[in-house]
Amino acid sequence: MNFLRRTIDNIKPHFSKGGKFEKLSATFEAFETFLLVPGKVTQNGSHIRDSFDMKRMMALVVIAMIPALLFGMYNVGHLHFSLSSESKTFWQIFGFGFLKVFPIIVVSYVTGLAIEFTFAQIRGHEVNEGFLVTGMLIPLIVPVNISLWMVAVATAFAVIIGKEVFGGTGMNILNPALTARAFLFFAYPADMTGDKVWISGMNEAGLDTTSGATALGHLLQSVPEKTAFSDVALKLPTDIDAFLGFIPGSIGETSKLAILIGALILIYTGVGSWKIIISTFFGGLVMGWLLNAFSANAYMELPAYKHLLYGGFAFGAVFMATDPVTASQTEKGKWIYGFLTGMLAILIRVLNPAYPEGMMLAILLMNVFAPLIDYYIVEANVKRRLRRLKNESVKLNKQ
Amino acid sequence: MTSKNWKLLTNPLNDENPITVQVLGICSALAVTVQLKPALVMALSVTVVIALSNLIIASVRNTIPPRIRIIVQLVVIATLVILVDQVLKAFVYDVSKKLSVFVGLIITNCIIMGRLEAFAMVNKPWESFLDGIGNGFGYGMILVIVAFFRELLGSGSLLGYQVIPESLYAFGYKDNGMMILPPMALITVGIIIWVQRSRNRKLIEK
Repeated sequence: MNFLRRTIDNIKPHFSKGGKFEKLSATFEAFETFLLVPGKVTQNGSHIRDSFDMKRMMALVVIAMIPALLFGMYNVGHLHFSLSSESKTFWQIFGFGFLKVFPIIVVSYVTGLAIEFTFAQIRGHEVNEGFLVTGMLIPLIVPVNISLWMVAVATAFAVIIGKEVFGGTGMNILNPALTARAFLFFAYPADMTGDKVWISGMNEAGLDTTSGATALGHLLQSVPEKTAFSDVALKLPTDIDAFLGFIPGSIGETSKLAILIGALILIYTGVGSWKIIISTFFGGLVMGWLLNAFSANAYMELPAYKHLLYGGFAFGAVFMATDPVTASQTEKGKWIYGFLTGMLAILIRVLNPAYPEGMMLAILLMNVFAPLIDYYIVEANVKRRLRRLKNESVKLNKQ
Repeated sequence: MTSKNWKLLTNPLNDENPITVQVLGICSALAVTVQLKPALVMALSVTVVIALSNLIIASVRNTIPPRIRIIVQLVVIATLVILVDQVLKAFVYDVSKKLSVFVGLIITNCIIMGRLEAFAMVNKPWESFLDGIGNGFGYGMILVIVAFFRELLGSGSLLGYQVIPESLYAFGYKDNGMMILPPMALITVGIIIWVQRSRNRKLIEK
C-alpha cells in the first residue's frame, strides 16, 4: 500500500494543473481513487464525508455478483459437456466456461470504460464509477453464444445513448445494462433468443434442438400448439435444478442460489433495497396466482412459484430492479415500483406471444415510471403535512 | 440572387432546420426512412408541395380573408398533394406503394402549414418560393441522412443495392434489426440533433 501511495504521489504532479499530462487528469484521478480511498476531508461546516464512496459501493455490487458469475462459468461448461455426455473433472468444466465467459467480460469492460474515459476527458469531469457494475452485468445477462462484436456494439450503445447523453452516472433514466440487452434483443433477435443460443457448441453439435430450449421457451411454444400443461411439465427442469441453476439460460441468471447469496450481500450492506427485491417477488407471485385463476392455457397453469425460478426473474429483481439510480427513490415508491415490476414481468411472459421473457421489458418500463411514482409519493406527503398543519392551526385558534 | 434570398435557401439547412431545430414533420421522418429510395422520393415530394404552395399562397395572400385563411391554405396544399400522388403512382409505382398513406399525409405535415402561416402569408411570391425550396431541402436532408444510416446498418444496402460485402457477413457480421424499427429513427434524429448542437454555437441554449 505504501509503495502504491508513493508511486501515485510521485507521478501526481505531472497530471495536476500545469503538469505534462494535464489533459489526462480525469483518467489519473479515476485510477487514484479506484486504488486508494481518497483522503479528502471536509474543511468547514458539518458535512460528514463517509469513506464509503460510490466506487466502494459499486465494488460491493460487483462482489455480490461473483457467485452468480462463477456459477455461470461452471454452468456453461456443464451444459456444453452434457451435450456429449463425456465425463470431465470439475476444473475442466469450469475452465471451459471460464474461457467462454471471460472474453465477454473483457470486451464489455474495455468498450464501456474506453467510452467513459473519452467522455470524461472531453467534458473535463471525473470518470463515472457506474460502469464498474454495468460492465459486469452485461456479460451476465447475455447468452454464452453471443458474438463479441455484438457485445461491444451493445455496450457502446448503452453507455452513449443510455447514459452519457443524459449526463452520465446518476442521470440516466434507464438501467444501462438492460439498455444493452434490449438493444441486442431487438437488433439481433436470432442471437438472443431461441433454443440454440444458450448452450455453447450447440450449433456445431447439430443435436436435437429441443434439449437447448429454456423452460420459458417450452412454455411459450405450448401456447400456440395448445399442449396440455401436463405434457409441457415433462419438459420443464425440476425445481431443484432450476434453483441450483443447472438449466440453460443467460450466463448469470440460472442459479437462484448464487443470486440469493448476492441478494444477501446487497441487503446486508444496504446497497440494494430489500423493499424492491421483496416486492418484486411478491408482485410476480400475485400475477402468477391471478393467471392461475384463469388457467386458459398451459402457460397460465404454471404454478406461480415456478415463475420465480425460471428465466431472469430473480436476477433482474436482485441486481437490475434495485439499481439505485433508476429505481424509485422514495421508500413507499419502492414498494409500488417493485410490485409492478414483478407483475408486469409475468404478464409479459405469459400473455405476449413474441417475448419468452418479460423481466427486461418490465424493469425498463418501470424505470421510466419511477420518477412519476416518486412525484406522486412526494406530492401526497406534502398534502398530508399541509392538512396536518391546517388542523393544528385550527386547534390553536380555538384555544 | 441577393444575400437575403440566399439566406432563405440556406438557413433551413442548418440554423432553422425544420426537423432538428423546429422539430416539425417528425412523424414522416420516422415512417419513411427505413430505406433510402422512399426517403428521397418523400423529400422531393414535400419540397415540391411546400415550394409551390408557398408560391401560390404568397401570390394570392392579399385577397385571402384572414378568418378563412387556414381552409384556403389547406385547399391549395391538398390539390398539390393529390397531383404529387398521381405523378408518383404513374411513374414510380413501387415507391408509391411503399410510401402508402404518407404521401396523403403530406397535407398534415406541420412544416408546410408552418411555412404558409409564418412566411408565405406575409412575403412576396419569389421569396416564398425560395423559402419553400430551402425548407423542403432542410427536411429532405435530414430524411436522407437518417435513411442512409438505417438502410446501411439495417439492411446492408443503399438504394436497394447491397453495399456491405458478402465477406463481412461470412465473418459473422449481421444486419442490425433494430435499425429497421421506428425507435431507431428517433434515436438517429436525436444523434443528428446532438452533433448539430455541439457544432453550431448559435443553437446552444443558455
